[in-house]
Amino acid sequence: MVQPLDYLEESPSQTAGPYVHIGCTPNFVGIEGIYDQDLGLAPFPDDAPGERITVTGTVYDGTGTALRDVLIETWQAGADGTFGPGAQGWCRMPSDLETGEFVLNTVKPGATGKQAPHISLWIVARGINIGLQTRMYFEGDDHSADPLLNRLEHQNRRGTLIARDTGNGTYRFDIRLQGEGETVFLDL
Amino acid sequence: MSLLPRNRNAHPPAYAPGYKSSVPRSPSKALISGVATASEQTGPMFGHEVLGERDNNLILNFTGQPAIGERIIVHGRVLDEYRRPVPGALLEIWQANAGGRYRHKKDSYLAPLDPNFGGCGRTITGEDGSYEFLTIRPGAYPWPNGPNDWRPMHIHFSVFGHSFGQRLITQMYFEGDPLIARCPIVNTIPDKSVVDRLVAPLDMTRALPLDCLAYKFDIVLRGQRQTMFENKPEGM
Repeated sequence: MVQPLDYLEESPSQTAGPYVHIGCTPNFVGIEGIYDQDLGLAPFPDDAPGERITVTGTVYDGTGTALRDVLIETWQAGADGTFGPGAQGWCRMPSDLETGEFVLNTVKPGATGKQAPHISLWIVARGINIGLQTRMYFEGDDHSADPLLNRLEHQNRRGTLIARDTGNGTYRFDIRLQGEGETVFLDL
Repeated sequence: MSLLPRNRNAHPPAYAPGYKSSVPRSPSKALISGVATASEQTGPMFGHEVLGERDNNLILNFTGQPAIGERIIVHGRVLDEYRRPVPGALLEIWQANAGGRYRHKKDSYLAPLDPNFGGCGRTITGEDGSYEFLTIRPGAYPWPNGPNDWRPMHIHFSVFGHSFGQRLITQMYFEGDPLIARCPIVNTIPDKSVVDRLVAPLDMTRALPLDCLAYKFDIVLRGQRQTMFENKPEGM
């Protein structure tokens, strides 16, 4: 016998379900008066330094249907490549209840070490049993030294992690949960 | 400091056909695993200033008048895998009312809305990782999946640790509920002994006489390894 390793194991995930908005963005679904405002409406104050960008996208299921009940959280460095302070850099976006589109108004992150500028995403919804991690990089940046992009075995999937530059500080980033063009999801 | 890898075998797989919604929403390709970088080792931190006075009191926080139902305290601690308390962790919860109905336009269950129950609450853990909510016991309810599937009584928990890689959403179930074993969402977890970690026991030591019962629910987040021999993760 040996001494027991008396560590704990992470609590198992369960789906966020169809009513995740009640808990995370209650004002967005009309439950008003409990919280002054929903958390994570904007990742940075208006006067934060850096280039202002807008990222628009949609999350699609394996049948090509837009998810209209999805909740996305993002976490990113500021323009100088550092994180924080506090909750700065974090944003929470429910997709549009009719169209499924999400919109992120933020500042373009700086590079962190060897990592090219990117935004981390965490995606939860009904039918998603454990939050999906992925990343958004930006078309036009130098990704040649990025350790994560370079370790992808299937380099033909690299593009699923790169937001398309649609001009004037706007980007398009669609996420496909399954099937053709399936987004690369991460386990970091 | 670095995050311990997630043991994916102790979580539900993405594709769990007993839970039909997971069929078209599950990635079919393997996750790309790697060492957590600064993007996962850091995360948003929330100060107590975001909290209102009644945020953790779901009985009163909607209208100020008491919600209908069995009054309960739900309390516990947020720990990491090394049993260290996680202070300053934001917890957000949401749940159905005592009849099993959510305040949501997509919920059309027969049970009525309670005019005094909103269904959400939040709090931040103390220095010892502890937290506490006052709420009502949510009702079980039927849902469209199989022909006669019912959700056991449950409370949804959204948990922030100190890093974005620790982000977790889960559900708390109640000791003794016979619907737990029959639930297709519970059964997305392959190992039944792992399910037990989501079942809160009745805790009479915290029940208030002539007032409310109590349930204890501890939550464990991914461990943060701290050693002087740590390699610098790639990209840091």
